[in-house]
Amino acid sequence: MSENSNTNAPSRRQFLTGAAAAGAGAVAATAAKGAGPDPLITEVQEWASGLGDGVDATPYGLPIEFEKDVVRRNVEWLTADTISSINFTPIHALDGTITPQGCAFERHHSGAIELRKEDYRLMINGLVDQPLVFTYEDLERFPRENRVYFCECAANTGMEWAGSQLNGAQFTHGMIHNMEYSGVSLRTLLEEAGVKPEGKWVYVEGADASSNGRSIPLEKAMDDVLVAFKANGEALRKEHGYPVRLVVPGWEGNMWVKWLRRIEVTEMAIESREETSKYTDTLEDGTSRKWTWVMDAKSVVTSPSPQAPITHGKGPLVITGLAWSGRGAITGVDVSVDGGKTWKEARLGAPGTDKALTRFYLDYDWQGEEMLLQSRAKDSTGYVQPSKQDLRAVRGENSIYHNNCIQTWWVRSNGEAENVEVS
Amino acid sequence: MSKSLNSILLPTAGGITLMLGVAYGVSQRGYGQDKIELLEDRVSLVEARSAEAQSAADASAATAAAESARADALEGQVGELQAAVAAAQASGGSAVAVSAPIRDGGYGLGRAALPEEIAAWDKDVSPDGTGLPVGSGDVWTGDEVFAEHCAICHGDFAEGVDNWPKLAGGADTLADKDPLKTVGSYWPYLSTTWDYVNRSMPFGAAQTLSNDDVYAIVAYILYSNDLVDDDFVLSNENFLDVEMPNAGGFIIDDRETTEAHFWNPEPCMENCKDSVEITMRAMVLDVTPEDEGAAEAASEDHSAVTPQQTEEAVLTESSVTTEEPVATEEPAVETAAIDPELVAAGEKVFKKCKACHQVGEGAKQRTGPVLNGIVGASAGAVDGFKYSKPMMAAGEGGLVWTEAELTAFLTKPKAYMKGTKMSFAGLKKEKDVGAVIAYLQSFAD
Repeated sequence: MSENSNTNAPSRRQFLTGAAAAGAGAVAATAAKGAGPDPLITEVQEWASGLGDGVDATPYGLPIEFEKDVVRRNVEWLTADTISSINFTPIHALDGTITPQGCAFERHHSGAIELRKEDYRLMINGLVDQPLVFTYEDLERFPRENRVYFCECAANTGMEWAGSQLNGAQFTHGMIHNMEYSGVSLRTLLEEAGVKPEGKWVYVEGADASSNGRSIPLEKAMDDVLVAFKANGEALRKEHGYPVRLVVPGWEGNMWVKWLRRIEVTEMAIESREETSKYTDTLEDGTSRKWTWVMDAKSVVTSPSPQAPITHGKGPLVITGLAWSGRGAITGVDVSVDGGKTWKEARLGAPGTDKALTRFYLDYDWQGEEMLLQSRAKDSTGYVQPSKQDLRAVRGENSIYHNNCIQTWWVRSNGEAENVEVS
Repeated sequence: MSKSLNSILLPTAGGITLMLGVAYGVSQRGYGQDKIELLEDRVSLVEARSAEAQSAADASAATAAAESARADALEGQVGELQAAVAAAQASGGSAVAVSAPIRDGGYGLGRAALPEEIAAWDKDVSPDGTGLPVGSGDVWTGDEVFAEHCAICHGDFAEGVDNWPKLAGGADTLADKDPLKTVGSYWPYLSTTWDYVNRSMPFGAAQTLSNDDVYAIVAYILYSNDLVDDDFVLSNENFLDVEMPNAGGFIIDDRETTEAHFWNPEPCMENCKDSVEITMRAMVLDVTPEDEGAAEAASEDHSAVTPQQTEEAVLTESSVTTEEPVATEEPAVETAAIDPELVAAGEKVFKKCKACHQVGEGAKQRTGPVLNGIVGASAGAVDGFKYSKPMMAAGEGGLVWTEAELTAFLTKPKAYMKGTKMSFAGLKKEKDVGAVIAYLQSFAD
């Protein structure tokens, strides 16, 4: 069915595809609250008379065309080339907590490769009793677990260290996704090979040309790390490491090695490129932190936000966003509409769970006043998401990674929002 | 054997364990008393099975010891689950997941990794030099190898081209406002450079360099950073003698101490600040990408458009899309003579080229030139691309990219044209060459 309709009234979504949508709300509101009868009701619409698609039209469905703006986006100037780059999850347009695979951010170092299950091999070597090779089929025969975890790139919000830069939650906070993984506990595989007493680390490596590899302390490897082959019930997408990726709950996304091909038990960290020259955090005095694996508690209001302005005018407004912590579960989120002078406890969509996204809501009666919207996450270890000033006071502005500061959106009386910093 | 929930069990108990896991999982979701009762039923069932296992053990003298051990283990397991269920009931059922079992002695899955296989994949190099193969390379060789394989992105002097990484310079800038992090100024271990070049470079042709070439490239990078003289030869023997300036520049994550104040049981809720001022705005910088999806029909520059105008543009777009789509027959005519299967195969082969080349609508110059209409075009003639001197000369000399010339070039680029910037090793398979040329033919200028 094409998008023919008996009316030229644009949908709300069509308005929002524009770079800005000021004034749009007024038009939409008029259509719904107009003086006369609504033709959408009084006239027989084509969809209420004709027929829709048959069950054989779409063997594997994509979102309906009206949602075509809910897509990953790239920031071209960030990197030299899209093959070694990152894109952003459209978190401003999603709700709930599970990220659909098709719009979950991608980060590649040598492009998303195509590796068939039949060609897949996983090797465990190094300080083990018996070095082993597994096929994909072998992995499917180990006892399996299902877990929901967020995966956040260490560089998420990294462009905001020195000041407000990108105008949209997708761009400031979209290097994150949250999926339900099915797979085998890494511990199971390591015990199958038998870790020798002198083994203290595992080095995990991908099969793509970047050979991305990271060192993980054995304690974490034996704790909650998963070797995953399904996400949200279906096979991983190629861009997320099909057929097998590592899931390292709560720790920076770079360690979630995709196309996982090798696990080496070692005595010490390998200190490869992605754990020395990158993914290390330079402080103001020029020294750098390394092994900053855990993602601190963080949150962001996803709507309203620059890409999701208020279009409905005064009255009931749903303020919503996401919160997460790499140290545990989210226990609460506070929201401020006045730039942090006062805070109100938001309602959690569901109780926070370990190292997974939590959705929060503040049901608000908006009278068209300007707002400086902020959210502040609290986790089960007692950590409270810091302000940008507090974070800079410790780390300076050159850390690149691990920026978990409180975000501010300046919402204007016309409903538009902008990424700002406040005193 | 430890009696944790993880430490399960012998094969006969597996089914029961899984079932218990399901029942336990259900109970964890806080669905209420009826589910908990169901779980209690399941636990009694398990207890009954456990008793059966015990009696089976009694009945069989030959296997009595083993069966008894199984029964004991199972009873222990049931006890733990019961305790866990009781705890879950007490806490109202918070979300706790049960780990999958791990079996003592393993599952017997997988096969032994062969020494040749381990050698083929285990190439990482540690800071202490573990993993370094025997070999050596000098600065001057490195200069040549670098020019051939690396300079196209990293520059002749490792200074970096466009947004590609700079590998040299930046000494003493780490505390500056804009630190320049290079191998010389930042990387703490030389092993990392060797390892990365060896396993991951050149971009698009990883793992094609010889060990000696890697030593030579690393020697050249050190030289570019003024860390060694031009007569320096790097080898596995003197590798650890090289001093990296920023070796002592790293500390292990200390957030839990230096940021202990972020753990705050009672964050401020009221009167937290006297005043709030906006100190910086993203719109001032204006570096946010424009939305391509919305710009399909409109060709205006959105950054210059006011919100009111945007609304008009969107309205116009929506009225346009209600009309019948205009048929576009041109591409079909252009590609009519080309075998579509070959084109499709060529599209896959072209992945090897994509690191540097773009083709098709909206293609831009990258590290290599745009390839629209390249088949049949003069060499070195794509507007706005800086070719190597030999390529320019060949074009001026009348070289045209016929299928035959392209085949020769793509098979062995460096042999075909000494001095070309194209740092690609070449396509080994004849059919790949034919396919990629067919694919390129599908994009007329």
